[in-house]
Amino acid sequence: MLNAKLTNKLATVMFWAIGFGILSILAWFLWHILSAGLPHISWNFLTRKPEEMIAGGGIGPQLFNSFYILFLSLLFSIPFGIGAGIWLAEYARKNWFTDLVRLATEMLASVPSIVFGLFGLLVFVTTLHLGYSIIGGALTLSLLNLPVLVRVTEETLRAVPDSYREASLALGATKWQTIRKVLLPSALPGLVTGVTLVAGRALGESAILIFTAGVSVSRFAPDLNLFASGETLSVHLWYVRSEGLVPDATQIAEGTAALLVLVVLILNLLIALPSRLYQRKMAGKSS
Amino acid sequence: MTTIATQDKIRVQNLNLFYGENQALYDIDLSMQAGSITAFIGPSGCGKSTLLRTLNRMNDLIASVKITGEVLVDNQNIYAPDTDVVSLRKRVGMVFQRPNPFPMSIYDNIAYGPRIHGIKRKRDLDEIVEKSLKQAALWEEVKDRLNKSAMGLSGGQQQRLCIARLLAVDPDVLLMDEPTSALDPISTLKVEELTQELKSRYSIIIVTHNMQQAARISDTTAFFLNGVMVEHGETDKLFTNPGDQRTEDYITGRFG
Repeated sequence: MLNAKLTNKLATVMFWAIGFGILSILAWFLWHILSAGLPHISWNFLTRKPEEMIAGGGIGPQLFNSFYILFLSLLFSIPFGIGAGIWLAEYARKNWFTDLVRLATEMLASVPSIVFGLFGLLVFVTTLHLGYSIIGGALTLSLLNLPVLVRVTEETLRAVPDSYREASLALGATKWQTIRKVLLPSALPGLVTGVTLVAGRALGESAILIFTAGVSVSRFAPDLNLFASGETLSVHLWYVRSEGLVPDATQIAEGTAALLVLVVLILNLLIALPSRLYQRKMAGKSS
Repeated sequence: MTTIATQDKIRVQNLNLFYGENQALYDIDLSMQAGSITAFIGPSGCGKSTLLRTLNRMNDLIASVKITGEVLVDNQNIYAPDTDVVSLRKRVGMVFQRPNPFPMSIYDNIAYGPRIHGIKRKRDLDEIVEKSLKQAALWEEVKDRLNKSAMGLSGGQQQRLCIARLLAVDPDVLLMDEPTSALDPISTLKVEELTQELKSRYSIIIVTHNMQQAARISDTTAFFLNGVMVEHGETDKLFTNPGDQRTEDYITGRFG
């Protein structure tokens, strides 16, 4: 038998090495993307419209569309996703129907996004005559987000101790009062994490939006028209790299990639920090 | 609905309770007066907590529970089909074995009950919060940090907070399910003293593992064994001169 102390040391060293390994991969990735892209980001780049033939185009409308579609998709998916999660965690009885809903949710969560894209193309773009549009993209994207939100909501609510439910009901609260005033606030940090996850995925999603929101942008920017075609940053990145004719396609792609990474990072911080502070305060640790 | 003219605050009649196939309580008959403390004692699994939870229908939360018989609170059967469970629980409140404050500020914990029952004015809420915390003998310790999280309090303070939270909805009956079993001796003493101060205004029913505690604080004691109520009588008499051999065996420490 190998010396227990020695194996313990080896294990410690190995896990530290894995930790550092992961960190350095992330750092290398960020360095690579940002160092290539940041020099191309300028005020003009962020605000100007893209060019089809000549150099010097910007990504203003795409930046706007990314957030507009993200916002709309969350608007559609959060009420349904959280609602279904609440139903599964608090109302649904344990029977075949509930199991079926849960199974369906899990299957939806593992469908490749390109399949959602084709579905959106068939249903929203073609059958419902929405065309390649912001609304079509947002609706399809919310279908992608839905199962994740359902699962996260159900799991976070299940993690809330039963003692909170008992305490609230024993004070004469109704079930809905208990959910709204005790369970959801307690589950908030978990829900926020879920929404952040979904938002990050939506910002980076391209396959779905190529088929549903299109690869061109409105002549006006910003254009709030739901039926306007709405190319996003991720789609633009794919477009200029694969089909773009502009001479500075590489620079635009690198700038767009760096911008996308920055946007996701900032979004994460903006959502996660207040949630952390709230959690800290409620745990009674800060004074 | 059965109505019997009586002074009893709570009257349990011929109550049987089943968890699925297993019967947990057998033919319980028991009455409790207003303004007194009743203790339920007995070994683990004897059904005393189960009985306590039938009194404000907390057992409704468990799907497999079936109940026959009646529980009358103020002469009204709380298992009658037209019972408003929400208003029943407002009248018959409960303190649990482990302190379970909400992850909110001390103030919001106390104001939770009044708020869900429709009190909105800040001045009214302030008054209720202060009064409830004073009644629970916690005001002096927390008055300067009402906006801090209740999770930062000690276990004993948390339990008194839970009692204050209950008093804030102005119940008639306090059900206490081993309220001191997770507390240190000093906190236990404080909670026991509290029950003595509260008993003139509330009917208190306390489940306890601790026979000395039952002897110290209760007016009447009921002894349970394997789902059967063996004996219910004045605490002094039950502990000094029990009427049943099984009670004597238990209180003298021969089992349990």
